[in-house]
Amino acid sequence: MRKELRGIYSIWLREIIKFYRERIHFASAMTTPFLWLIIFGGGMGINLRTGVITSGYNEFIFPGIVGMTLLFTSMRSGISVIWDREFGFLKEILVSPISRTSIVIGKALGGATNALLQGTLLLLLSFIVGVHISPMNIIRIIPIMLLISLGFDCFGLFIASIIDSFEGFQTIMSFIIMPTFFLSGALFPLTNAPGWLQTLSSLNPMTYGVDAIRGIIINESQYSLNFDILVLLVFSSVMLFITSWIFNEKK
Amino acid sequence: MYAIETTNLTKKYKTLTAVNNLNLKVEKGKIFGLLGPNGAGKSTILSMLCTIVNPTSGSAIVNGYDIIKDSAKVRQSIGIVFQSISVDDRLTARENLRFHAMLYDVPSKIMGGRIREVLQLVGLTDRADSLVRTFSGGMVRRLEMARGLLHNPEILFLDEPTIGLDPQTREHIWDYIRTLAEKEKLTIIMTTHYMDEADLLCNDIAIIDHGIIKIRDTPEKLKSLLAGDNIIVRTKFPDQLATGLSGQDYILQMQASHDTLSLNVKQGSMNAVQIINIAQDLHIAVDSIDIEEPTLHDVFLHHTGKQIREEGEDNFISMYKRKRRGR
Repeated sequence: MRKELRGIYSIWLREIIKFYRERIHFASAMTTPFLWLIIFGGGMGINLRTGVITSGYNEFIFPGIVGMTLLFTSMRSGISVIWDREFGFLKEILVSPISRTSIVIGKALGGATNALLQGTLLLLLSFIVGVHISPMNIIRIIPIMLLISLGFDCFGLFIASIIDSFEGFQTIMSFIIMPTFFLSGALFPLTNAPGWLQTLSSLNPMTYGVDAIRGIIINESQYSLNFDILVLLVFSSVMLFITSWIFNEKK
Repeated sequence: MYAIETTNLTKKYKTLTAVNNLNLKVEKGKIFGLLGPNGAGKSTILSMLCTIVNPTSGSAIVNGYDIIKDSAKVRQSIGIVFQSISVDDRLTARENLRFHAMLYDVPSKIMGGRIREVLQLVGLTDRADSLVRTFSGGMVRRLEMARGLLHNPEILFLDEPTIGLDPQTREHIWDYIRTLAEKEKLTIIMTTHYMDEADLLCNDIAIIDHGIIKIRDTPEKLKSLLAGDNIIVRTKFPDQLATGLSGQDYILQMQASHDTLSLNVKQGSMNAVQIINIAQDLHIAVDSIDIEEPTLHDVFLHHTGKQIREEGEDNFISMYKRKRRGR
């Protein structure tokens, strides 16, 4: 057990060292959410007055944009497996005595740390776009962000372990990321949406992540916080299980 | 106890049988070489022994552990240097080693010292904190060997350790391999398609082709087969001639067919005269006699039916360069 924990730690540490060396990517990843908030939020918000959104539009989409940042960063971190495979380093990890489950956990935690840093920074900078979040609420949101990131990290790792080219990975990612984002209630409330859209959204784990964060920030939510957390927990566990299983398959 | 013991080890890929009912025992402390052309099944054997690939049937015991049931224990007790690069070039040499030490649970107390020791062993001490992407091909290889040794394995697997390296670097690597074998008291299992490499390093060689071991011996024995010349005597009575020649100490090997006697003979051109004299004494008419001096490749050809190709030699370097550029 101690051996496995040390293995997880070393895999996580390597991811962190690499993030740190490539911190310019971190900065560029942080510009996307602000483009959404300032340009999209700014432009849309003025023209949008519906009865459902009682708060300001930026306050409404802010949780969605946090969710988007976590989603993008987490899913894309799966690409590290493809890098590692392409450069041969994956073999070094796979022939070590560490279990495949620990490898997946270490990788997922690495990606989640990166996503969590971005999400937290976004929360801290929320005042720029006129959204106010109390320090207490930031602390309450962090575990939820962690659950979201872990789930989608494992999902990204799962895709990366069955697709072995960069091009394939990118293609599959855009097929998954955009619908997941649009169907999560990140940009508009789902309560007035057509039935088919509501059904699809209810199947999307991201919906519950955005709903939980929104509940905390503006006190508006479709489901109870406990239910949101339960769905995210089940999602993360199932993804971890499936991905470990795939990693365990030997050719 | 053997370092490696396989029983009917077999690996099939769809229609191709990469390894066919392999029964192999390797004693501890040997430098064992698997010599064969590309695609002979060398790497597949290694992959199975390293528990990267599961066999289709059969089994193998490595360091006393079963490769399927006890794969984690097998992995803990072996070190591997893959044919293609497997270090992280975005990390420094020391970081790569530290990562490895943690994965193999080398105690923190001795980790730093052991890392210094293996770096010293492969002569990379002064480059320990440079990013691996600044290393040459030979340095990467040495780092990988250091890494393979870090957790004090009992067996070190080397898959084509000098493929794609220039002649001078190859000789350096050979020196390091010899030093490692002596200082670390290891069993080394290596694959190679270089005859000279196997000859210089190994004290136990198996020539393999189509997943089957064709011949296995010490390099001295294999060389003694090489040392002789092939003499082909055409005669109507090859069996009688063979009987008459038995006991001559310059004859290494003899094989009679219906109208020829093939011999492997030391100093062929000199002893051919002897053979003709003996034939005359026995009143056996010799129709013709051919003498061929075999080359290194001939022995290989003899056992595998094909030339050892040198292709793939540049792959290592060019792939490395391409990937570095692409990143």
